[in-house]
Amino acid sequence: MLRLDNIRKSYAGRGRVVEALRPTTLDMAAGEFVAVVGPSGSGKTTLLSIVGGMLAPDDGKVWLEGQSLYDLQLRERTRLRRERIGFVFQSFNLVSYLSAVENVQLPLYLAGVAPRTQRQRAVHLLERLGLGDRLGHRPVHLSVGQQQRVALARTLANDPALILADEPTGNLDPDMRGQVLDLLGEFQREGRTIVMVTHDPAAAARADRILRLVDGIIGAFDSGAKPAPAA
Amino acid sequence: MRLWTMVGKELRERPVPMATCGLAIVLSVTALVAVRTVTVFSERAVARDLDALGANVLVLPRGVTLQDYYAADMHGETLPEEYVERLTLSGLEGVDDLSPRLCVSVLVAGQSVTLTGILPRSEFQAKAAWGGAGIFARPAGCGAEADLPIGQANDPVVLARKRIIEELAEHDALIGAEAAARAAVNEGDAIELLGEKFTIRAILPCTGTVDDARIFAHLHTVQRLAGKGEVVNAIEVIGCCKQIAAGLVEKIAAVLPEARVVTIAQVVKTQQNINRTMGNLSLAFLALLLAVGGAATAGAMYGNVSERRREVGTLMALGATPGVVLRLFLGKALVLGLLGGLGGGLLGSVVAIWLGPVLANVVVRPLPSLVACAVGVAVAMALVASLWPAWRAARLDPCVCFQEV
Repeated sequence: MLRLDNIRKSYAGRGRVVEALRPTTLDMAAGEFVAVVGPSGSGKTTLLSIVGGMLAPDDGKVWLEGQSLYDLQLRERTRLRRERIGFVFQSFNLVSYLSAVENVQLPLYLAGVAPRTQRQRAVHLLERLGLGDRLGHRPVHLSVGQQQRVALARTLANDPALILADEPTGNLDPDMRGQVLDLLGEFQREGRTIVMVTHDPAAAARADRILRLVDGIIGAFDSGAKPAPAA
Repeated sequence: MRLWTMVGKELRERPVPMATCGLAIVLSVTALVAVRTVTVFSERAVARDLDALGANVLVLPRGVTLQDYYAADMHGETLPEEYVERLTLSGLEGVDDLSPRLCVSVLVAGQSVTLTGILPRSEFQAKAAWGGAGIFARPAGCGAEADLPIGQANDPVVLARKRIIEELAEHDALIGAEAAARAAVNEGDAIELLGEKFTIRAILPCTGTVDDARIFAHLHTVQRLAGKGEVVNAIEVIGCCKQIAAGLVEKIAAVLPEARVVTIAQVVKTQQNINRTMGNLSLAFLALLLAVGGAATAGAMYGNVSERRREVGTLMALGATPGVVLRLFLGKALVLGLLGGLGGGLLGSVVAIWLGPVLANVVVRPLPSLVACAVGVAVAMALVASLWPAWRAARLDPCVCFQEV
């Protein structure tokens, strides 16, 4: 489903070059739930950005469902991201001036779906996540847990095959953390592939596979999964 | 949801910076519309006043110099009356009326009075109609609102002001207020001039000029009694001021090369100067609108883009193309320009209605075409000023969506 083929990324600044991601090769099967753990600055967000089609690697290729992401034109890559990839952010990244239902409508609007259909699908998703009575509420009027559920509903709006989650439980209390991880598990059972970056060992333990990223190198793994060897 | 839903809600989300930016546009457009509206009505008033002044071009014999505008026909030199016919049939646009004059000195009640022979308008209008000429046709844009209706031209007040009369019988006379007082005559009285009896048809109201001491009679009667032949001392031409500014004097000179054609140059120059000054002022305000409104809009939009970096990154992560982001910010600029332009246009019209009588002594009405034009300029300005910030937003690195607050 997803293959990172010998990808490398470095940043240059202040007279020195930082290797954010050293040559890495990785395969993920459809429906797999992979957790990426590691200290701050280890390259987790860089990995997520590259997999999400938003940051071109210096070397190597990223294959998503048989398509090389960075060989596509920007417009095509954007379309692929819009249709096949969903994002979950640590701070939810809801648009503050839009209501819950409008936030969920966003990916559908960007995909050119008619307003009436957008709303029907957004309402359905929010009801599924238990927010049917919060449709018109703006993020500021929702609890932290409700905001993350709105963000999860937005992630599902375009029915993505791959969900990239950046510390999805980082800002949540233990109860909410459990609920969100349950939902991610539910999404996986629906056949979606999930890549979750986290600091939280308990959250990582829910994954099929845990990758440990240190200084841009996938150096260890748990749960019996086997990362491909670095080139 | 649509693009405009997002634009509208975002505008309401950040009311203060957007209101400040909108206010800058409103005030700029207000100044532009107010000044331009007063200018337009002021120009119209000047043109109307100049037309109301009456004869503003004089055709004189070559050797005559103009000392006193109202006594321009009292020099004793003559030119052929045939020039009137030439002018009448010339088809020159912008010649509203003609008044050929011949002055002779007569004694009335023992005092010397100027008897001025004038030709009623009906006589050369008939010639113009016969010749198919375009004379007396007022071109579009002339200052006066309407020609004198037939019939009104026989009103003594109109005669005194415009120096034109419609009908005048062979032995009718019109007498200036001062001359009438000196001769102690009233309307309907008989008066003897150069040995023949005339009936006083009207006493002209006081004008403060030498006309007050004159007696007017039919040109051909005066020519016959004075034994001068078919000549006149001067031909007064009432021309449209805009046409005079556009070279009417030169055109008349071309029709009558043997005569001297002069105009009240200073008056015409004054109108041209006023028009130029007002026009320049409007341009200055236009530049001010572009500078102040543009700077305010660019600053506000730049700040808006910085404030919304993470939102833009998130939108891009969700699949927004750079084009969508560009439209989001330019759409907001369009709304600001539209609202600012409309608000400024309306406020500017109100200010102009108030300022017109105070500053320029003219009554001002709103000019919808000017308001529409100002809205267009405000929208264009807002869009141009927002291009760079919007372009920067569209080029943002979508990875900013992963940055924590």
